[in-house]
Amino acid sequence: MASQKMSFGVQHMKTSTALIAGIGLAILPLGCHKQLQNLESPAGMGGQMQPYTGQMEKDDGQWVRATKDYANTRYSSLDQINTGNAGGLKLAWTFDTGVPRGQEAAPIVVNNTMYIAAPWPNKLFALDLTKPGAPLKWSYDPNPSPAAKGEACCDWVNRGAVYADGKIIYNTLAGFTIALDANSGKLMWRTHLADITKGETITMAPMVVRDKVYVGDSGGEFGVRGWIAALNTKDGKVAWQAYSTGPDKEVLIGSRFKPYYASDKGTDLGVKTWPPDAWRIGGGTVWGFISYDPAANLIYYGTSNPGPWNPEVRPGDNKWTSGVFARDADTGEAVWFYQMSPHDLYDWDGINENILLDLPWQGTTRKVLVRPDRNGYVYVIDRTNGQVLSATSYAYNTTTTGVNLETGQLQHVLSKAPKTGQEIRNICPTAPGAKDWQPSSFSPKTGLLYIPHENMCADEEAEQANYIQGTPYVGVTDRFYAGPGGNEGELMAWDPINGKKVWTVTDKYPLWSGTLATAGDLVFYGTMDGWFRAANARTGQTVWQFKTGSGIIGQPVTYRGPDGKQYVAILSGIGGWPGAIVAGDLDTRDSNAAAGWGGALPDLKSVTTPGGTLYVFALP
Amino acid sequence: MSLRFLNVWVSLIFASAMMAHAVALRICADPDNLPFSNRTANGFDNRVAALVARDMHREPVFVWARNGRGFLREQFNKDACDVLMGVPQKMKGVLTTAPYYRSSYVFVNRRQENFKIASFSDPHLNGQRIGLQALEENLSPPSLALIRTGHAAQLVGFNSSGEHAPDIVRAVASRHLGTAVVWGPLAGYWIAHDRLPLKLAPVSPLVDASGVPFAFSISMAVHKKDVNLRDQLNSALSRQEPAIAQILAAYNVPMLPEDAR
Repeated sequence: MASQKMSFGVQHMKTSTALIAGIGLAILPLGCHKQLQNLESPAGMGGQMQPYTGQMEKDDGQWVRATKDYANTRYSSLDQINTGNAGGLKLAWTFDTGVPRGQEAAPIVVNNTMYIAAPWPNKLFALDLTKPGAPLKWSYDPNPSPAAKGEACCDWVNRGAVYADGKIIYNTLAGFTIALDANSGKLMWRTHLADITKGETITMAPMVVRDKVYVGDSGGEFGVRGWIAALNTKDGKVAWQAYSTGPDKEVLIGSRFKPYYASDKGTDLGVKTWPPDAWRIGGGTVWGFISYDPAANLIYYGTSNPGPWNPEVRPGDNKWTSGVFARDADTGEAVWFYQMSPHDLYDWDGINENILLDLPWQGTTRKVLVRPDRNGYVYVIDRTNGQVLSATSYAYNTTTTGVNLETGQLQHVLSKAPKTGQEIRNICPTAPGAKDWQPSSFSPKTGLLYIPHENMCADEEAEQANYIQGTPYVGVTDRFYAGPGGNEGELMAWDPINGKKVWTVTDKYPLWSGTLATAGDLVFYGTMDGWFRAANARTGQTVWQFKTGSGIIGQPVTYRGPDGKQYVAILSGIGGWPGAIVAGDLDTRDSNAAAGWGGALPDLKSVTTPGGTLYVFALP
Repeated sequence: MSLRFLNVWVSLIFASAMMAHAVALRICADPDNLPFSNRTANGFDNRVAALVARDMHREPVFVWARNGRGFLREQFNKDACDVLMGVPQKMKGVLTTAPYYRSSYVFVNRRQENFKIASFSDPHLNGQRIGLQALEENLSPPSLALIRTGHAAQLVGFNSSGEHAPDIVRAVASRHLGTAVVWGPLAGYWIAHDRLPLKLAPVSPLVDASGVPFAFSISMAVHKKDVNLRDQLNSALSRQEPAIAQILAAYNVPMLPEDAR
């Protein structure tokens, strides 16, 4: 994989498009497939496309971390299952987690064992892949406090475990990072990091680099201050912790900090860009995926939106929320920061994934990170210094007009800024953004990013009365609805060099599952009504699909089994923020149910039911 | 055995005053949220609920549930209990009774000052740190008026539940804050409890320019379909009005007349 370089001529791509279009006529139309006009070569004018290659691990057919590799490509070089034979994929075996809640975890595969981290109460299961039907090898129950289940913002999810150094490491909603012996399931260490009584939880998949495991907090609840911590893989001791708000000392900003834009330069901006003391409860949690560049020895991750939600009570840029940090992997020192949404107005978390690529760029190769952000722009950022090379709109947008590349500033439409007591209609994208947490994948073969995302708008209205802990208040009601076209979700193949959609597949519901790209020129993804699909990576055409028992909001993975066969695995179980409509059995007559999703998903309860089952597929 | 039955059963075992043959009235209550409620049923909502239940010849059974995010969804809507306390009269999604009190957000002032801030446009607010309760992910409604009068950068949010509840009034007494705007019952109780040298003034005006109210009439609530129970509660509330007023006075709840706007 490291030496792989692919080049594509325009001619080549046109040929394959024509071919697929011909096949499409002959078979049943599946899903809402739509081929975009003016199709260009995926690598376009940029010439050769190559993956980020610095020290990328050799693909051994395993899946040891949620993101597959440090670069977060979620690309597997396995090609036994490909566009030619994927139509014959059959169910190989299943496993039920026993938790009918949102299943967002990536199954982890290492040493012929599969590890599943289940939603709260956060049991971890080890399945023996060497035996027929992959029987349970062992399971671990962290016995969490029942208090945790009422706290998590968006259902009771867990995004998966990580394998390193003979250990399987994962986080629990109750705020623990737990390391188990990967063979026996024996507890090796357990570190308490997040305080559930303050509304602080952990849902993210930890990342390990060498001797450290990186963990961040979640919890949109007011009062939470975001952080990332590095724990020693060996014993779970906290090596360092870096906050997302507050004085430079606590953000680990020092002499190495060299942000690209003037707006990020200055002393203690994590204090000065807030009203007094507001940074102490200012949000900026770290619940997305973490990337790592071995050559630079930097980790990259995004920070969540600032709190409180009402932006009028927090004048200022609210550093360092809704942005990307680059930090030294060993010391945690901040090296640069870029803020996608300064003084966030719309709950646009900056936690979306950063995919590390070495891209041909105007005649040279730039080391970049690519991030499809909640605010509706795909950013291509120089990962050595934080300079935004391009920020291209990929979703219907009424709230901003673009990103000024000179200043790095997001350009707002003033009439769409929330104002106290005013109703504002047609806010697009919505609070979950043009794309939420659901991770994209990147295929070095096609040069395309496969971005699962939303196409939604919202109206904001004041509600009459509510209360919490005995204190009455009047809040804001969000009503979400589909954007132009009427589809709430979309899978998009995106050319990061030319900043263009190459193909798109629409879906009635928001696409809340991650994607997986393979060397078999396939993209796997799931839908909220339970379909697990393989799409042709070059056209989007559905090659195969299977209806699972519940809605899919998880992360598909693929691996080589002990029998030498390629398998594809996905957890099925509706939940998460939109899916709480089903998993939490909310009343969709209340359009504010699940913070705005009620009206947008009125029939989701009739098309899917709660579940929590792993499905594994293979060729016969 | 249904979950509902199990809940009642468990609560009955621990109920201190079990009445023979009385049908249980299940009341959701927060285990740690004085002055409203706590696990030893020493909050004023516990007392009002018990009084009303017994008036109806029902046995009050408290179902302990943290009254925070997701409470209606995860507890009340799943029939964890029959009755909620302390609900704003106009709240959607439930059926509310006639109000059993009306209060407002209040300015908390130090007694020793020679001024008493009551208005959002009082010049004494200038340059002060102003405490506000944090509710879910926002500051309480008076933040709107304070933003309007140019005080956004002075606002300091406080967690006001559980053990942190008294923090905001204590911060005024200790001069960490110049003043604070707090929901009346919370401020009244903790000032009396801690014997803090503080004085209260209902905020003025009681309604924001946007129409958002700072005064609320507070009711009990039942499931939308329980019209009969709502009517029975209304009768009991009416019969027990003087006793309820005594309970509220004992907790130093600042009261507004029902027609105060």
